[in-house]
Amino acid sequence: MNPATPAERQDAAPSYLGGETTVASWLGTLDHKRIALLYLFTITAFFVVGAVAAALMRWQLAVPTADLVTSDTYNRLFTLHGVVMVWFFLIPSIPAVLGNFILPLAIGARDVAFPRLNLASWYIFVAGGLVTLYAIVVGGVDTGWTFYTPYSSTYSNGHVMVMAAGIFVAGFSSIATGLNFIVTVHKLRAPGLTWFRLPLFVWAIYATSIIMVLATPVLAITLLLMGLERVLGVGIFDPRIGGDPLLFQHLFWFYSHPAVYIMILPGMGVVSEIITCFSRKRIFGYPVMAVSILSIAGLGFLVWGHHMFVSSQSVYAGVVFSFLSFMVSVPSAIKVFNWIATMYRGSITLSTPLLYVLGFLALFTIGGLTGVFLATLAVDVHLHDTYFVIAHFHYIMVGGGVMAYLGGVHYWWPKISGRMFPEGIAAFAAVTIFVGFNLTFFPQYLLGYLGMPRRYMTYPAEFHTLNVISTLGALVLAVGYVLPLVYLTWSFFRGAPAGPNPWGATGLEWQTSSPPPEENFRETPVVTGPPYDYPPL
Amino acid sequence: MNAQGPPFRPLYGTYAALIVLLAMTASATALPAGWWSTPLGLAVAVAKASLIFVFFMRLRSQVPLVRIFALVGFFFLAVMLILTLADYFTRLLPV
Amino acid sequence: MNGPSTPSLPAAYGDFRQRDLANHLGMWAFIATEVLFFGGLFLAYVVYRITYPAAFAAGSHTLDFWRGTINTAVLLTSSLTMALGDAYIKRGNRTALRNCVIATASLGVLFLAIKASEYHEMYAKHLVPGLPFDPQAPSPLQLFVFLYFAMTGLHAVHMLIGLGLMAWLLRQNRRGRLTAAHHAPVEMFGLYWHFVDCVWVFLYPLLYLIPQR
Repeated sequence: MNPATPAERQDAAPSYLGGETTVASWLGTLDHKRIALLYLFTITAFFVVGAVAAALMRWQLAVPTADLVTSDTYNRLFTLHGVVMVWFFLIPSIPAVLGNFILPLAIGARDVAFPRLNLASWYIFVAGGLVTLYAIVVGGVDTGWTFYTPYSSTYSNGHVMVMAAGIFVAGFSSIATGLNFIVTVHKLRAPGLTWFRLPLFVWAIYATSIIMVLATPVLAITLLLMGLERVLGVGIFDPRIGGDPLLFQHLFWFYSHPAVYIMILPGMGVVSEIITCFSRKRIFGYPVMAVSILSIAGLGFLVWGHHMFVSSQSVYAGVVFSFLSFMVSVPSAIKVFNWIATMYRGSITLSTPLLYVLGFLALFTIGGLTGVFLATLAVDVHLHDTYFVIAHFHYIMVGGGVMAYLGGVHYWWPKISGRMFPEGIAAFAAVTIFVGFNLTFFPQYLLGYLGMPRRYMTYPAEFHTLNVISTLGALVLAVGYVLPLVYLTWSFFRGAPAGPNPWGATGLEWQTSSPPPEENFRETPVVTGPPYDYPPL
Repeated sequence: MNAQGPPFRPLYGTYAALIVLLAMTASATALPAGWWSTPLGLAVAVAKASLIFVFFMRLRSQVPLVRIFALVGFFFLAVMLILTLADYFTRLLPV
Repeated sequence: MNGPSTPSLPAAYGDFRQRDLANHLGMWAFIATEVLFFGGLFLAYVVYRITYPAAFAAGSHTLDFWRGTINTAVLLTSSLTMALGDAYIKRGNRTALRNCVIATASLGVLFLAIKASEYHEMYAKHLVPGLPFDPQAPSPLQLFVFLYFAMTGLHAVHMLIGLGLMAWLLRQNRRGRLTAAHHAPVEMFGLYWHFVDCVWVFLYPLLYLIPQR
């Protein structure tokens, strides 16, 4: 009787979901796949918190002079919404969930470079989140998620320090994750997997990680300086001793502009994976796509002053930042063209992931174009701090980022859970989200153009109709978001079992079972060709 | 105790150079100040930091990728300084 | 076969050289984050020194040149002792490593003691932000003093963390966990310590050596 070969022993190995199933084994796991699910659970909870705040805001805004909440409470609501959605949902979403789960699989590795650091990053994230939740519960902050001085450092009577501390801590989670991914991509690629054979999702995660590592520390020092000024009663942003409040804005936006690329680049990576799979075609212009990803990351560090055009920043600096902002739109546009060219003459399957991608293409393009409007100095003078800006960034972050996130979750759901989701209801939810999103946010472009300012809870009666449409749209959007929560949870336990590669996709993650065993692969895969190697149609 | 380790002499040599540079800048304060004072101080600081990076932190024997990682932070810090100063230097220019 | 000094390889790595390079890349990436973290303070310093040159020169004059210079020498020496410790453990010499780490830590403590005495002197001169400030000082001088405390304070926090890590290193060494084959913790900590030294190398001329015209 021959002893079982190593491969046969692995066949009997349980999936990462099996094996040890105690709570302790999950909370102490070093397995990147389990850590990804810990993040999934946590950020979903935060999404609900941020969404409730948004719902209250839209409810308030359904009537021009409603008094559902006081204006002080309204200020705290939009601050909560921004803080939670940016730092505790969007920034971790694709990197910490899909990046953690898929990245090692996609490069043929058994785990990330520093598994203990990975687990630590989740605990740090939770710690920051709990501190922020505490700040919210004891009354919140009314400065807006941007914490501009001198209001935040001197005049606000909200719990600025506590909330800033929570964000400060969460930032280290971001840094740890990014650092881990960078080293993972450099050192743990499977044999034969050269840089220009990497799937674009990996390129996107890599570029995002560079931003996370280099930009987040500046946020940390900025919050620290603001906090010091608040505690000591004096600081470097204080005009009374010759300080410049604008210095805070420079420091804050040096991080926060690249942060928006943290929120969109991973989504672009997901889009490339889904669009090639469901067009059954290689990506159009692979090298250009990879270089565009890096360009967006790099150029994204040079444009932060476009948030400060009307702040009393020098007009000449404004001209420079405006020009650089035009430039950063170019690689994004190139990517949109290349995605469309990928679909051209492809064999299209309108699966749910592709529905999300189609929505992304439409909404990201609109959001991106309106970004160019805002980058135009003279136009921004009129549009700054209006609902036009709000519509612009929601089109990109929600219409782009969240749709890409949901598309990715659906695309990789069979791999993560070993089950298929119900296609009918999933497609319905995707369409509902698309419709609801446009109803909510397109009117806001018009409102902004017509002059309705942001961060106000009442408005002139002439804006009533558009606000009502927006609020009803939000209701539809909410339904769309609740549906996946329900059916994905259901499918995790009762969905039809999925095979290793239900979509017939290329990519190393599909070369192992669904769900994968703890060590990912029976034997380390060897790569011999380019990505997206679909047979010619 | 028979494994190979990095040589000791460069470490002592680097230290001596660092102390000499420190003595230079410290004693330069006794001279009357001029336009050169600040650039000199910064140049010496850069020299000291470079010695520490190359010899104490052993960048001299690392692969190029590690050296890129070592320098990339400074590159982006420079971006932050230059573009921010672009604002401060041009604020009072006539529009 | 496996003793306390035999390092193990996490599942993802093929060999120790790969793991070693990964450690270096990770540590240098962390150092890059520190460059940007301190960098925000350096940006503030540059902006305000350019805007208020006289106040900054006056501010520099309130600092103790000798304590600053001695402290610089202390830190540079501590970098030497740490680099020596790294060289010794790579030769398997645990005793020499212990002595070097103790020397490094002692110099670190000396630095912090001198720093504390400097802070006390500032306090005596009513030059502490947040406490009643010297009413005869021009307003922008407060900016310099704030940055002085913020930059050296943040640096001191990093030194304290370094002291804690050195205590941990000594404990690891006592338990025989540091060897010629498994010296990564020493090497990685060394990188951290040298970087903290580099930060001071820049703080010194910027804070203490502003030319007095």
